[in-house]
Amino acid sequence: MTTTSTVPTVPYDEALQEFEPVIGLETHVELGTASKMFCGCDTAFGAEPNTHTCPVCLGLPGALPVVNATAIESTIRIGLALHCDIASWCRFARKNYFYPDMPKNFQTSQYDEPLCTDGYLDVVVAGETVRIPIERVHLEEDTGKSLHVGGATGRIHGADHSLVDYNRAGIPLVEIVTKPVTGTGAMPAEVAKAYVAELRDVLRGLGVSDVKMEQGSLRCDVNVSLNRPGEEWGTRSETKNVNSLRSVERAVRSEVERQAHRLRNGERIVQETRHFHEDTGMSTSGRSKEEATDYRYFPEPDLVPIAPDPAWVAELKAALPEAPSVRRRKLVAELGLSDNDSAAMVNAGVLDVVLATVEAGASAAEARNWWLGHLAQKANERGTEAVELPVTPEQVARVIALVGEGTLTAGLARQVLDGVLAGEGEPDEVVAARGLAVVSDEGALTTAVDEAIAADPDAAEKVRAGKVAAAGALVGKVMKATRGQADASVVRRLVLERLGVTEG
Amino acid sequence: MTDLTRLTAAETAAAVKDRSVSAVEVAQAHLDRIAAVDDRVHAFLHVDADGALAQAKRVDDGELTGPLAGVPLALKDILTQEGIPTTAGSKILEGWRPPYDATVTARLKAAGVVILGKTNMDEFAMGSSTEHSAYGPTHNPWDLDRIPGGSGGGSSAALASYQAPLAIGTDTGGSIRQPASVTGTVGVKPTYGGVSRYGLIAFSSSLDQAGPCARTVLDAALLHEVIAGHDARDSTSIDAPVPPVVEAALSRDVRGLRIGVVKELSGEGYEPGVQARFDEAVEVLRGLGATVTEVSCPHFVYALPAYYLIAPSEASSNLARFDSVRYGLRVGDDGERSLEEVMALTRAQGFGPEVKRRIILGTYALSSGYYDAYYGQAQKVRTLITRDFQAAWEKVDVLVAPTAPTVAFPLGAKLADPLAMYRQDVASIPANLYGGPAASFPAGLSEGLPVGLQVMAPTLRDDLLYRVGGALELALPPAVPPLAWETA
Repeated sequence: MTTTSTVPTVPYDEALQEFEPVIGLETHVELGTASKMFCGCDTAFGAEPNTHTCPVCLGLPGALPVVNATAIESTIRIGLALHCDIASWCRFARKNYFYPDMPKNFQTSQYDEPLCTDGYLDVVVAGETVRIPIERVHLEEDTGKSLHVGGATGRIHGADHSLVDYNRAGIPLVEIVTKPVTGTGAMPAEVAKAYVAELRDVLRGLGVSDVKMEQGSLRCDVNVSLNRPGEEWGTRSETKNVNSLRSVERAVRSEVERQAHRLRNGERIVQETRHFHEDTGMSTSGRSKEEATDYRYFPEPDLVPIAPDPAWVAELKAALPEAPSVRRRKLVAELGLSDNDSAAMVNAGVLDVVLATVEAGASAAEARNWWLGHLAQKANERGTEAVELPVTPEQVARVIALVGEGTLTAGLARQVLDGVLAGEGEPDEVVAARGLAVVSDEGALTTAVDEAIAADPDAAEKVRAGKVAAAGALVGKVMKATRGQADASVVRRLVLERLGVTEG
Repeated sequence: MTDLTRLTAAETAAAVKDRSVSAVEVAQAHLDRIAAVDDRVHAFLHVDADGALAQAKRVDDGELTGPLAGVPLALKDILTQEGIPTTAGSKILEGWRPPYDATVTARLKAAGVVILGKTNMDEFAMGSSTEHSAYGPTHNPWDLDRIPGGSGGGSSAALASYQAPLAIGTDTGGSIRQPASVTGTVGVKPTYGGVSRYGLIAFSSSLDQAGPCARTVLDAALLHEVIAGHDARDSTSIDAPVPPVVEAALSRDVRGLRIGVVKELSGEGYEPGVQARFDEAVEVLRGLGATVTEVSCPHFVYALPAYYLIAPSEASSNLARFDSVRYGLRVGDDGERSLEEVMALTRAQGFGPEVKRRIILGTYALSSGYYDAYYGQAQKVRTLITRDFQAAWEKVDVLVAPTAPTVAFPLGAKLADPLAMYRQDVASIPANLYGGPAASFPAGLSEGLPVGLQVMAPTLRDDLLYRVGGALELALPPAVPPLAWETA
């Protein structure tokens, strides 16, 4: 799919000198419950299509939903962590529209009675705290996934045929909606990214979702409008499909640049849905929202109202984990990280994963080095951020532990992490499958050393003659022959031993 | 030799239990009866002879026991039965075989009840005559030129023509009670939430309720106990003990019971013959020791319009899933047409005119800008009707009224006038909006056709219905259909 764009723009900084941005974010989070929202089906990602389905999530005639109590609890905990009010009584509602990946042709959602309302989340951008007001947090069910085959756009219009996978249909989905965020000045894109990052850390801390943007368990819609100072808010666009932190920033940035150009030229902004393209960092126009769809919301008659017991809500509130911002401050202090160090990690967006790696048993220095070093480099190669790599802090800590106990060298450790990133499993599985453990069998190494000596008699003679530095060539040969799996210091000792030299 | 199709369910169960007859013989007798008469009655859409005989054999082998083990039953085609065609009377589900049993179906099977087949109904239970079935009308065994009531006309006709001693109906606005009334049978709508809706193809979720149909009050009570009780698969199912309905049916005792006659459910629109039989039945109950007073329920007159906003609104959403994508009919999928066109063609051809009328009505009532004036207002009326019931329970134990304003009318008589058809449910709808239990019991004949007396009771007091029904059954001469057409 090509989305080469020739949309004229005004540079970001210039646009924000002339216009004030108003942004809004709708974030969808797939909860990590074992079963779906209204039935007992498995929620695991990546199964064969249509294997995690039943009469309820397929919307078969006669089937009825039953609410997943864990999903309600998770939503309330999210609301509490975002300082929201929790409804004492609320209902689900049906949102009616036809789409083939929605089995009932209505989505069971919440409308005018959300579970959580009126909260906030503080984020730090360039050293300043910005308070993001939260409008609502509500619970709904996810839809299935459509694959439109043929046609130019990959969209349903013009496709030859479509395939639908209902495994995702009915997975509990929490929608977190901000109020319009004003006053972000020259940094709307940075604030948007920081909000999503902080929200993701909060959700991860609550343990309610695996918050993997690349697998779609955290998805964002980004609203942007511009107005001249002193004027009313402008018409907003809604950019959908924004599925990485980098993209959140880029989506706001590109929309600011596009809208500024139109407004500067006296053109109007169309209220519309725009589709974000990860490949180009640009969005293209989707459906116009000026003729709003009438979803004919009404209270879901198949479900009884939710009335959380205030005492239970108070218990949940008391049991909330520390907010990531608080935890971060404490750990930074405990570990004695320098301001420079923590600033570098904040800037790279890896502070939380570093801390998590430390909590999983690694030293702060090692954790920092891996996340800011090899993993940051890998992320860069993939055009993503280190925290979005498919590797967990626990896995990184395990690799560090393997180095510490001598099973891996630093070079091997890099190969193990690459294996984890390639989806080859846990670190220990990669070590076993790739045969990466350090060769510590001195018998085997001695054979390799003897072969290296035999192959390079000149170097051997120099070493025997007292030119110990010449041993490096022999060590290199052995390392090459063992494909890096030997411990270089052990090899060096063996080389010198075999040549009857002791290092003075 | 006894005609096994003339036995009550209780008698049949007793005979099977003491092995004076086998369940297989009973099932076969009913299958033979269906083969003999159903070409004229058209109560069944599908007969599952193999399944029925297999289930009967399991009873005979002692694998399944219970108070109704070995008794045949006709299942309304709106409840799913695994592997058995289930259409809800609609073309749009033609050929669909559900992969699962409704909870009601599962409980019947586990109790050793022998399901003979699926019965005809108005499409998606929308109608009062069974003429809105996509598969042709059912005929009233009392007079084949008349309607058997609706939407559950197949179930009521199966009972009245001795094709089955038991049937399951569903009642959204009267679809169990009005067919019972016009066929001289017993039909009970339990308390909403008393019987699981899991596997009941939804028409109006907040009103739909499955319930027992039978020729005798005790048979209905026995069936009630088999299908009722909490079900974790239905959130609206009530987690409370099943009211003691069998005990109440056996007591047949109305002494000291305070009966209220609903003032608003009489007079204009009620046929004189219906009103006369009703009044006489009330006098019979008074004579049996009940106290009778008139009770005013002022908001009942708004029940019909409120119902025709709430039920179509919910239906417009419930029926959205019939889109040709996953199951059922698909029209015009020629590889050229778009998905939207195929969906539209399928729904245009798959739904009948009454269903379309209600989908359009409900879609309109839920629309932005109209919601408050229609759906919202109707919900307020619903609250007021509930308050009328609650106020009545301060004074009386049960309310009574004619079940339907007329006896069975001729086929075709009201097809051209939807509002006239809707008015058939004027007396039965209040109980659905309230959610309490209600039943229709035979109350004699008018011009040779059955009249029904309706009893309404407080939520979870389904037992009171059976006390009144049992007493009435004992005191009144039985309503036996002449079945003159059989020998003609």
